[in-house]
Amino acid sequence: MAAAAQPGSPPLSVVLRGSAGRRRREQIIRAIFFGAASLSILVSIFIVLSLIFEAINFLAQIGLDQLVALGWFPRRGLFDLRTLFVGSVITTGIAILVAGPIGLGTAIYLSEYAQPRVRRIVKPILEILAGIPSVVLGFFALTWINPQLVQRLNPGAEGFNLMAAGIGVGVLIIPLIASVSEDAMRAVPRSLREASYGLGARRITTSLRVVFPAAISGITAAFIIGISRGIGETMVLAIAAGGSGGSIFQLNPFEPGQSITAAIAALATGTDQVRGASAAFPSLFFLGLILFFLTLSLNLAGDVFVRRTRQRY
Amino acid sequence: MAGASTAVPAVVVRRSLAGQGADWRGLIFQGLLLLSVVITLLFLFILLADVFSRALPVFTERGGSFLSSSLSSSAARSGVIQGLFGSFVIAIIVVIVAFPIGIMTAIYLEEYAPDTRLTQLISINIRNLAGVPSVVYGLLGLAVFVQLLGPLTGGRSVIAGGLTLAVLVLPIVIITSAESLRAVPQALREAGYGIGASRWQVTRSLVLPSAAPGILTGTVLSLSRALGETAPLIVVGAVSGYFSTGNASTVDQLFGRFTALPMIVFNWAREPQQSAFGPLTAAAIVVLLLVTLSINAFAILLRNRFEKNW
Repeated sequence: MAAAAQPGSPPLSVVLRGSAGRRRREQIIRAIFFGAASLSILVSIFIVLSLIFEAINFLAQIGLDQLVALGWFPRRGLFDLRTLFVGSVITTGIAILVAGPIGLGTAIYLSEYAQPRVRRIVKPILEILAGIPSVVLGFFALTWINPQLVQRLNPGAEGFNLMAAGIGVGVLIIPLIASVSEDAMRAVPRSLREASYGLGARRITTSLRVVFPAAISGITAAFIIGISRGIGETMVLAIAAGGSGGSIFQLNPFEPGQSITAAIAALATGTDQVRGASAAFPSLFFLGLILFFLTLSLNLAGDVFVRRTRQRY
Repeated sequence: MAGASTAVPAVVVRRSLAGQGADWRGLIFQGLLLLSVVITLLFLFILLADVFSRALPVFTERGGSFLSSSLSSSAARSGVIQGLFGSFVIAIIVVIVAFPIGIMTAIYLEEYAPDTRLTQLISINIRNLAGVPSVVYGLLGLAVFVQLLGPLTGGRSVIAGGLTLAVLVLPIVIITSAESLRAVPQALREAGYGIGASRWQVTRSLVLPSAAPGILTGTVLSLSRALGETAPLIVVGAVSGYFSTGNASTVDQLFGRFTALPMIVFNWAREPQQSAFGPLTAAAIVVLLLVTLSINAFAILLRNRFEKNW
């Protein structure tokens, strides 16, 4: 105090503010970082704008009755949305039926049963599986899953079908469901498990009746994110589900079909031709818009569940 | 009494604690869990074995010429050099565009941003962008980089494709970088401020060096993700047949028709697999997997080498 009050030295508040040059530099750096951060908002705005603009263009060009037809054949003016919805729902349903039990089983094993040594080996292998591009899984679904699994169980299955594609998507989301569920279960405090063992519960009881319910929010989130990934997956369906020129409305998973994503890919393959067919080109963006809001709502729901887990512990 | 209780053998105690008889339910449950792990590993193993065995004839017969030839209508003369070039350019664009913007955004959110509505909006928005399907990014690229900025990017060019993929991985770069920054202990920052360092000085000299390994791992993993993406390239308009690069200069190739490794896989996978393009598809997949998996392995090595436990 005595030193600060000495005549000739500036008040303390001024000293702490530093030189004007230093402050200006700090502010410029801050502004640059803020600029980078706001770019991400710009990306979202551009996505929504570019989708909405062409989607309205599409709806203006066709009659709404064209949205229900024999099938999805955009180049012939048949825009049956049911065909694509059914394709997406069937394949995503199959994918969850495959990846749900396997992913959850893997997660429970890694979190509750595995020795640290086993975990150290299995986790990186899961990461490798997660890192395999989806175009590769599409090829695998077409050339191995279909002939070796699907057509063995049902010899009547077509060369391209929704079942093989669905299983392929399932393999793709196993690592996702496994890792998100495992994180949720490992976040359950040790004391809960110890209390359960202290009461004489076995490992199966502790896993299923204590850890599983405590982690249910995170596990639900894993399934929601898995569904969202399944609906958004493009390449496996574009390669293994068939229907590259379009698809008629049908509900049989052993027949070829088309999903929302695969329809976009099929239409865009050689987009030059699409430019000719007037309503076909903007239909790309209409489908994109549906896909965007579908996955957005699923992701928001998943986010809610993820945050609920974080608040608890 | 005390003497009697110590006389009970440990085996008896253990057995009575474990309950009478074998726990069949528990054993079956554990067996099912193990089965799910085995199925997962088996899928990966079969996939790799199947693809490599299909691809082997191509590599033994063609050798290096498969890597150095251009696309062609004849399977015997087709190669992936144009795909390697396209993927290389895409990688450079992702590194130049997505990495700096992503890391700067993460620094802003973790080190600078006040806890306001705007900040919350930005971070919610980034989490949602990470979940947008890749094919939708393709539509963004088609509308913005191909049509709107066509005069600058050359339209359906590798530059438009690379920029699209850079935008696609941006949220992943931001999220992984922000996680690494968050893991740096607050005490380190406080020590910096304590000796009079400014926010930027603290960030640059204390926080970033500590978070660098984590940031590097996350960004490298996102690069591998970008190189494996196909759907956005289809929509942006990568060539879906074969094309000739001829004697075009590098600049012409940057602004002209393009392809990339995963795009070549997709095109050949659409050919009848009984034809000569079947093994060729598998061979292209092997090249693609070698690129993406070696980048992944590099990132995991980095993480294990530099991982810090505070």
